[in-house]
Formats: sequence, C-alpha cells, structure tokens
Amino acid sequence: MKQLESINDFVVRFATINGSGSASANTLFAKAVFRMGVPVSPKNIFPSNIQGLPTWYEVRVNERGHVGRRGDVDLVVAINGQTLRQDYDSLVSGGYFVYDSSRTLPEDFRRDDVTVIGIPMTTMCNEAFDNPKMRPLLKNIIYVGALTALLDMEPEVLIESLRKQFRKNPALAEPNIRALELGYAYARDHHAGACKLAVRRSDRVGDAIIMDGNSAAALGAVYAGATVVGWYPITPSTSIIESFGRYAGQFRTEEGAGRIKAAIVQAEDELAAIGIVIGASWNGARAFTATSGPGISLMAEFLGLAYFAEIPVVLIDIQRVGPSTGMPTRTQQSDLLACAYASHGDTCHPLLFPCNPRECFEMTADAFDLAERLQTPVIVMSDLDLGMNDHYGPPLAWDPQRRYDRGKVLNAAQLDALTAKWGRYRDTDGDGICYRTYPGTHPDKGVYFTRGTSRDEYSAYTEDSAAYVRNLKRLQLKWETAKGLLPQARIKLTKPEARLGVVFYGTTAFAAYEAIELLGDRGIAVNSMRIRAFPFQPEVIDFIRAHEVVFVIEQNRDGQMRTLLINEGNLPPDHLVPIACYDGQPVASRLLLRTLEGALAERGILPTNTPGQGGTP
Amino acid sequence: MTFHRPTFRHPELPPNDAGYHRQDYEGGISTLCAGCGHDSICNAIIQACFELALPPHRIVKMSGIGCSSKSPAYFLGRSHGFNTVHGRMPSVATGANMANRDLVYLGVSGDGDTASIGMGQFMHAVRRNLDMLYIVMNNGCYGLTKGQYSATADKGSKGKKGRINELESIDLCELAIQLGAGFVARSFSGDKQQLVPLIKAGLMHKGLSFIDVISPCVTFNNNPGSTKSYHWVREHSEATNTFDLVPFQQTITTEYDGDTVQDVALHDDTVIHLHKHHDAPDITDRRQAIDNLEDHKAQDVILTGVLYINPNSADTHELLHTCERPLNSLTEDDLCPGGPALEAINAAHR
Repeated sequence: MKQLESINDFVVRFATINGSGSASANTLFAKAVFRMGVPVSPKNIFPSNIQGLPTWYEVRVNERGHVGRRGDVDLVVAINGQTLRQDYDSLVSGGYFVYDSSRTLPEDFRRDDVTVIGIPMTTMCNEAFDNPKMRPLLKNIIYVGALTALLDMEPEVLIESLRKQFRKNPALAEPNIRALELGYAYARDHHAGACKLAVRRSDRVGDAIIMDGNSAAALGAVYAGATVVGWYPITPSTSIIESFGRYAGQFRTEEGAGRIKAAIVQAEDELAAIGIVIGASWNGARAFTATSGPGISLMAEFLGLAYFAEIPVVLIDIQRVGPSTGMPTRTQQSDLLACAYASHGDTCHPLLFPCNPRECFEMTADAFDLAERLQTPVIVMSDLDLGMNDHYGPPLAWDPQRRYDRGKVLNAAQLDALTAKWGRYRDTDGDGICYRTYPGTHPDKGVYFTRGTSRDEYSAYTEDSAAYVRNLKRLQLKWETAKGLLPQARIKLTKPEARLGVVFYGTTAFAAYEAIELLGDRGIAVNSMRIRAFPFQPEVIDFIRAHEVVFVIEQNRDGQMRTLLINEGNLPPDHLVPIACYDGQPVASRLLLRTLEGALAERGILPTNTPGQGGTP
Repeated sequence: MTFHRPTFRHPELPPNDAGYHRQDYEGGISTLCAGCGHDSICNAIIQACFELALPPHRIVKMSGIGCSSKSPAYFLGRSHGFNTVHGRMPSVATGANMANRDLVYLGVSGDGDTASIGMGQFMHAVRRNLDMLYIVMNNGCYGLTKGQYSATADKGSKGKKGRINELESIDLCELAIQLGAGFVARSFSGDKQQLVPLIKAGLMHKGLSFIDVISPCVTFNNNPGSTKSYHWVREHSEATNTFDLVPFQQTITTEYDGDTVQDVALHDDTVIHLHKHHDAPDITDRRQAIDNLEDHKAQDVILTGVLYINPNSADTHELLHTCERPLNSLTEDDLCPGGPALEAINAAHR
C-alpha cells in the first residue's frame, strides 16, 4: 500500500456528533496549525439541529495558502458511530483512519489502501477522569492530543492555546492539558511513524488572522457607527447581531449608568426588522439588519419603499440554501437575482460581494457610506461559509483619518443659507441624488412628507404621469452615479492575450484561484475577474468582451450572476459558460478543476482523456 | 387641486404658550369624503397639539396605508411625516423613535391597517411599549377599496351592500391593555369634547398610548344596521369618565357635582384628574379595565373615555437601556472604537 505522504498540505476531517462539544477541540487543532505558521482553512459542516446528528469539521492545511476547500479527505478522525462506515469509505486511497478503539472495528472494514490507527479514547478518558460531565469534552481533547503526535506537531503550541482559552478559569486548563498529553503519549508510544502526514513550523502566515465573516461584518457596523439594529433570528445571519451586541457592550457602554450607545431591537419578523432600519435611517441614525434568503423575500416590499422614498438601508444577506426547512446550515450564492431586483416596480439595488473577513469588515463599513451617499438600500452578499466558518486572511484595517460620509443632508444653518426653494426630490447637482433633512432639524424649513412615488420634486402629492417619469429617470441617473462609487472588480491577467476568462465572486474565489493555478501548471492560461459589486462598472463588461469564452463560476443552479451580466451588459449568452456548484458545500477546488477541464474539453480546448486530479497527489 | 384653504385667521386669536398659532398646526386640504369622521379626528389632533404648545417641527407623523393613513397630510404641515407601507407603520415608527428619543411620535392607522395586515406589528409595538401615540381611525371597513368589512366590524353589523358580517370582531383596546400599553382609550370622532383631551393625555403619556376612535365611513358604512354609523354610535356609547389633563406647569381644577376624583400622575408630573362615579372600576387595574369593556359590550354599549392607565410603564429605550442622547446625534468620536482597538481584535484572532 502506498501511504499518502505530505508536509503542510493535506485535509483532515473530524466526524463527530453535534452538541458533543467537539467544536472547541477541533478549533484548537486548526488554531495550532495556524500558530505553527501554516495557512489553514477549517470548515464546519453541520446539520440544522442542536444535539445528536452527524457533524463534520474539515481542516485543510496548505502551505501555499490555498484556503478554499480542496475536496477529498486524507485523514479522518472518526468519533461518530453513525457515520463510521461513510467516513471510512470516503477516505482517499493511501489515507488514514483514526478511530476510538475502545470498541473494535466491524469486521467488514477491510480496505487494504487505508492505514487504520486505533486510539482507545473512551477507555483512556474514563480511567483518567472522574467527572462524568467533563468526560465527553475531554475525550475530544484526547483525540486532538493523538493527532498532535501523529502529525508530528509541537505540543507546546496546543498547551499554550489551552492556557489562553482557560485564562479566566485555570482550574479547567489542567484537566484539558492532561487529556491532551494522554492522547499525545498514547499515539507516540503506539503509532510512532504510522502517519506520513505532518505539520512543520513555517513562516507563511505573516500578520494573517483567523476570523469568521459574521464577526468581521459586525465589527464593520460598529466601526461605521451603526446605532440602530432591527433583526429577526435566522441561520446563518444571527451571529452578526450577536457579535454586534457583544462589541457594542465592549465599545459602546457609557460610563456611569452603563447605558448603551446603540438600540438592538429583536423584531417580530423580518418585515419589522427592515421597517425599523428604514425608520431609523429616515430619522438620521445609521441602521442595519442582517438576514438570509427567506428574510430577503419578506423584506422585498420594504426594499421597494426604501428605493423609491430614497432612504438608506444596510442589509447583510448571509446566503444559504432553500426556503422553509431548506438546508439552513448549508452554503450557497443563490440570492443574487432576488436581491439585485428585489421588490415591485422597476427596482434595483447595489450589491457588494465580500470574499474574506477583511472584506466583510470593509464592505459592511463602506455599505453605510454608500447607502447614505446614494440614499438607497445597499446589500452585502455574504454566505454561510464566509459568515460562520473561521477564515484565514489578512487582518482588519481601519484608517484613523476616515470620517463617515453621511451623504447629502441639510442641517438648520444650511437650510437658512439656501437661496432657491428646497425640494426633497429635486436634483440640483446632476447626479440623481437630492438633499434630505432629518425630522426636527429646523422650526419652519426643510419639512417634507415621505411617500412612495406619488409625489413631485417637492414631495407634494401628485399622480401626474410626467412627474412620475421624471422621477424614474432621475433614479436611473443615480444608478449610473452608483457605478463610480462601488468597489472595482479584481482583474488578474495571467496572460493578456489569453482567450479564456473566468468570472467569480465571494467565497468561490479561493477554489477558483487554485483551479486557475492548476490549469496554469498544465499550460492553460486563464485570466480571471472577481466581481465585487453590482451594478457592474464598464471594466467588468469589457473584461468579458475581451475574452473568447468566459466561465462564470458560482454557487447556484441557474447561473444568477451570469444572468445579471447578460442582462446588464447586453452580452450574448453563448459567450458566458455557466459553471454551477450548488450542492450546499463550499466549492472544492479538485471538483471545480474537473468541471472546468470537462468544459474545456467540450470546446476542444483540452484533450478529453486528461487524468485531471489536481491538488496534492 | 383646484381649491385652497383661506389663510386668513382672526387677528386676535391668541397664540399658545410656545408662540404658535392654531394655524401652525394645520395641514393640507383633506381629500376624504365630505363628512368623513377622520377629518374630525384630524381637527382634534390639531387642537390637542396647539393646546399642548408642542413645537410642530418636534412632532413626527407616521402612517400606514388606507384612508386614515392618508390623513397625516391634512394636519401638522410643519412636521415631518412618513406614509409607509400597509400595516407596517409600527416598525418604521420603532426605528424612528430608536434614532431620536427626543421627538414626539404620532402614528395614525386604520382598522384594516392595524387589525388585519398590521396586527403583528401593532401587537409588538405595544409589547415594546414604544413611546408614541397610536391612533386608529376605526370605521369597520376598508374605505379606499370600497367598503369590504374589516376585522373590527362587529358580528351582525350590516354594511352598505346589505350583507351581514358573520365574523367575530377584534377589540383593539382589549388587546392593547392585555399586551402592556400604558394608556388605552376609546372615543368617537363625533365627540370632540372627549377626543381632544384624550389625544393630549396620550401625547403626554410616556410609553405606548393607544386610542381607538370610532370614525364612521360616510360612504360605505353609515347605513342603518351598521354598528359603526354615526347614529348607532351616538345611541350606544357611554363615557366611562371625564377628565382634565393638567400639564405639569399648570394647575387647573374642575369640579363635577356628585363625582369622585381619581388623580393619575404621568412621568413628568402631568396629572390626569379623572371624574367618575364612585362605583366605577379603577382604570389603573388591568383586569377591571378589561372586565369593564366586556360588561358594556354584553349590553351593546360602546365604552368610551380612558379605559386603562399604567403611568409607570418602562418604554423601549428604558427596556433596551439605550443612552439618553439621541442616537442620531452621535458622531465618530462617540461610536468608532478606532485603530488601536482593532489591532487588539486582530491580535485576539491569531
């Protein structure tokens, strides 16, 4: 049997049961790899359930910094009896099967291309620890200890992590460290040299951080000065609000009475959540809400009101699969069309597409400036993978000189200084954006009555057709203005004359960049464009026109970004080839590469019989 | 519009304590049907705000969709207003109030807007005890879509088209009392004498004040057989009490023969002097208030006046523990944690 051999390049999967406290043990492992200077990418693959169903935690270790999912598993730590067979069968040839040998493995586990490594975790745990409540948690630490030895890692790094984790409760650190050492000693003494995968200290991490996108987005809202939050619990967006609440407690508590400089209102549903945001923004506070697909559907009517009444809204959509029971704990990029044109009657909304925590932070903060500058809803399109998984990436950055752009708002002195008659919906600058006022600003100037579309430039009631058309045309002009304010797409020209282009956005980027690199290794030059905003700037359309064939990789069935590009750029559909990855898992680079190879072969660009595998051999 | 309201007013009409004339509280010309109860309510709002001497620009008008929700255009022309979407006024009012707790919030809605499509939002704004006055102009039907029954139409009532309403009606006042509103009243658009002081008290009360004003629809629901007609309401209503609102700066006492007086102090020492029969229920007791409503209903009598007061209820800001300065007045210096804090956060994620 040929065992897999690799240093700093492999995939480990923990197969556990949700609600068993394995998450912190698994994170301990991923964090230790990171702290040894090796880029790492953990993914939690979990059910919509609190306790008892199978859950997996997949850790990709990759020195070259490929932190997308790779696909396939090289080493599995199989703790869950329910999925033992599945976990065993899913290992790649040459892989390693680490299991709890307190119970013997069924006789039909007879693969001859897998190295089986037994650690009697339950027995060891029961012998070493008396407290029955602590045992399941410490058993998790035992397997992390065993893995530390098997992968030849530095145990001091993990011990230090445990000390840090239990800083406030040192009494808990001691049994955890003991459990780690037990597992480590057992694997060292019984399985020395059994595993040919290893983590070796490196210097590839630099100033990178590991953070989940939802925490980063919440921080973006805190830094941008959001004060009013309307929200309704929905997976996978809830943790944004929870993080915002935590950070507000940390940074926004007044001395003395301990009052908070923020109002976080848990609403009765998503309709009310966005209604609260609209009311607060209309009244001059920075406000936001976060939701997922089903919430977007419910918010559609209000998004239309905000579009036509021209009220800033910041909405963070953590995309997930499906309606109703759907698959709320699985990731997708499937809300694009629903968000881009949400509501009734010629509506369209700027979208931002972050791909890592830093962009979640920046784009959320920018969304407040954009929404207020453009006086319209701005939607940050994150997803479950980005929002809820820890992501390896550059640190968050904030320019200390940065001031909030509150947009065109007139205060009392400015109202007094006006020489011409003010109209709430009168465009005096030629950019489609008009000046607004907050209630209570001035005793007798700047008052207006806010409505949908049945009003003129001075916000006076009218159902005059010409006034309606003038208004809609001005909104179109504002849409053009928006293009100049939104973040540019990231275009990478591997070879300027390359005929092939690839387009993607958000979390698809990691697997896409890796696949492009692997194609490059095989001599196929591909230029790429990571779209970061909608509406599209001219560069986006130019990129597509400049290539003979453009693959649009995205995490939905129907090619929603492709549809947007064809529609907005007036592009010939044949020009854009959809590459759809929509199984609810983060895009895996190996699978993506095979798909791209298939698509290239269909077009005669690649011979059809290539043994495309990619990634680690 | 082809006609205008004359701007001339008698030169000797005195201004209020804040120096505003009644005219400063008026709005545009109503486009509702002639004789619509809603117009009387608008006038009562104008009168109440004038008498309280509230600066018009410190009042915010909110509404949903429907005939009633159109009416904020017809009063307080010097206040910002927001005609939101159907049934969603309470959430927009919640956001507005969260942004600036220093303004006065007046929400106007109808029975369709509140008791059907907006029932959830209404109930939860009440539960939050949002500091606002919420007025329902209640005519038992959808006027703007030509007379369909609403959820407050009484069982057995008959509209213009002659069909009997077979469904139970929703009593918004009972719900409001149950869900924690601090001030609940019912009135009739035809009774200005009662309505003006109720609106004043509702505006002064901190927390959610709810007033259900029966306001006949002259076009679709003012016929014999309708229990929301002018005639029926006049014949079947009974005031639970009369009262004087004494704003905290003033002292006014009125005596009614044969009545007892119950004083209820609001948060800023404004006092409501209630005049009532000595055997009338205590309006600060939630159960007695609901029993009282039900007892009268059983006798086909619409009980009007102040139905319930809880002067000590905590409003949303108190419940959320938000800072006393209006949130919309805070700047970067108040809100942004700055670069060093972000460095510490980065370090904690390594």
